Amino acid sequence: MFNIERWQEIFEAISKNKLRTFLTGLSVASGIFILVILLAIGQGMSNGVAKEFENDATNRISVWTNVTSVEYKGMNPGRIIEMDNRDYEMAVNKNSDKIELKSGVYSRWGQLTTYKKENGSYRVEGVRGDYQFLENATLVVGRYINQNDLNSFEKNAVIGNQVYLDLFKGKDAIGEYIDIAGIKFKVVGVYTDPGGEREETRVFIPLTTAQRVYNAGDKLRSIAFTLEKHDKYEDALAASEAFSAELEADLKAKHTIAPTDERAVNVNNTLENAKKFYDLNIMIRWFFWGVGICTIIAGVVGVSNIMLIIVKERTKEIGIRKAIGAQPWSIIGMILHESIFVTAIAGFIGLIFSLILLQVVGPFIETDYIRNPSVDFSVAITTVIILVVAGAIAGFFPAYRAANIKPIEALRDE
Amino acid sequence: MIEIKDLHKSYHMGKNSLHVLKGINFSVSEGEMVSIMGSSGSGKSTLLNILGILDEADEGTYTLDGTLIKNLNEKVAARYRNKFLGFIFQSFNLINYKSALENVAMPLYYQGVKRNIRTEKAMHYLEKVGLADWATHLPNELSGGQKQRVAIARALASDPKVLLADEPTGALDTKTSYEVMELIQGINDEGKTILIVTHEDDIAHMTKRIVNLKDGIIIDDSVVTQVRAKSEAYV
Repeated sequence: MFNIERWQEIFEAISKNKLRTFLTGLSVASGIFILVILLAIGQGMSNGVAKEFENDATNRISVWTNVTSVEYKGMNPGRIIEMDNRDYEMAVNKNSDKIELKSGVYSRWGQLTTYKKENGSYRVEGVRGDYQFLENATLVVGRYINQNDLNSFEKNAVIGNQVYLDLFKGKDAIGEYIDIAGIKFKVVGVYTDPGGEREETRVFIPLTTAQRVYNAGDKLRSIAFTLEKHDKYEDALAASEAFSAELEADLKAKHTIAPTDERAVNVNNTLENAKKFYDLNIMIRWFFWGVGICTIIAGVVGVSNIMLIIVKERTKEIGIRKAIGAQPWSIIGMILHESIFVTAIAGFIGLIFSLILLQVVGPFIETDYIRNPSVDFSVAITTVIILVVAGAIAGFFPAYRAANIKPIEALRDE
Repeated sequence: MIEIKDLHKSYHMGKNSLHVLKGINFSVSEGEMVSIMGSSGSGKSTLLNILGILDEADEGTYTLDGTLIKNLNEKVAARYRNKFLGFIFQSFNLINYKSALENVAMPLYYQGVKRNIRTEKAMHYLEKVGLADWATHLPNELSGGQKQRVAIARALASDPKVLLADEPTGALDTKTSYEVMELIQGINDEGKTILIVTHEDDIAHMTKRIVNLKDGIIIDDSVVTQVRAKSEAYV
């Protein structure tokens, strides 16, 4: 393989046939480039979809109520259903062995929040301590709402990172007082949420305080749970579906709602959504792999085509070489050596260009659907090798045939 | 040098078969300069291809420099071509992306000669054909006569036993033809065995022996007095 004379011969042929070399290289490089970009976009779409589901705990079950839509036991539709602490306690007591995290929520939209001269309108939610993990929130500084806050109706608040940036502009917020709808709250923590800005423009206060401040008695806007973990996904899904169904039935019975009413009680099971997400993600991956494999096939066909043309074009040269004493295998070796060299170099150029593009542009792509497109390096290298090997195989047969043509036939020029 | 006994060759095209050579007996000794003449279809090119180990006979024996040429595989045939024979073609058959010097050095590459020695030897043969100044030129920058001189230098480069020329002046005008023939005669004077296929009488008479082929058999084989190609005489 490493024969300096052969290499010199090949470099001579390459440098004197620039157009041919360029075209071969271009088809290989663009094939690799397109493939890598496609795979990266596929990965980006998976990332984007995954991001959508990172907002909350993956096995969260949320319950909220609305107006009834079906007449039941002599009561008209359009009745407003509101949950209260007793609903929460009923669910918790009945399933205490299954539930891992739990919180009732009392929330208000668009609450004017002021700190000194800065102000903004945020959603205020009264919650329990578990809610941090239900929301997948991480504390940047300070602490979350705790049981003591709930017991003694403390006017403490945990603010989202965006709220912190709006009101405090980077200054120390812990221990400062903010004004929510005319009442002073002490900031005890700042959190960040993978859901991004939308999830970070909220203020959390103790549930008991919220119910008292907003004069809501023991009403709840929603309830959130997670169940104890299961080792197998199927078990977890079955358990959470059973729990959701039972909870919905209990609440309907308690509030005298028709079992067929699909509007009054809503139970959203994240795990079920997660299944859809996993399926979607797998489909996206299969799709892009399918497209990618088609691209490789197109690349292989392109390279093979070019190899055929090259061999055809060089038939006379092969005849001359044979007439002056070249052996068949030295001719096959020469053609393959040249084609492997060109396709390998071109393949890596395509690879490097696509990786540079991904490095430079990738981090800026953060739409809802595509996030941080990237590609597994070993996959990319494998595709380059596949294309090079395919090119070599595609080049071998015409080269073999050409090398075995009788020199007189190759030299016959009309 | 060359011994041919009862040589037969047919070409098969579909159901038709064409008997091209019908029993050729013919020998050439070292230092001879022989021309093979005949109208087109007489089998002269086929004979030359067999002599050049580019093609193989159906029947009969061919001995080249004491070696029997029969049932050779491609590998051995290539080695014999490289060792024994130098080719000169009507259409020159130079590799068009290689310079004159690189073309001449090609047979030496296949002999496994080192690059610097190759270049040195090739330059020597280019000087011999009077084209040392054109060493770095590509074939398409050379005239027909110059191309044929490069081809002759290439044929000589591997120091073959026999030079085989297939219509070497076929693509050249009279003046250039005579220049090329003068060069070939000079090479023969140095003792090289040369076979030329031609259909031109004046070219044939510049050799020392004329073999006339008709319909696949030799009808005449006679020694002639060589006419020296003095190119100046025709200027």
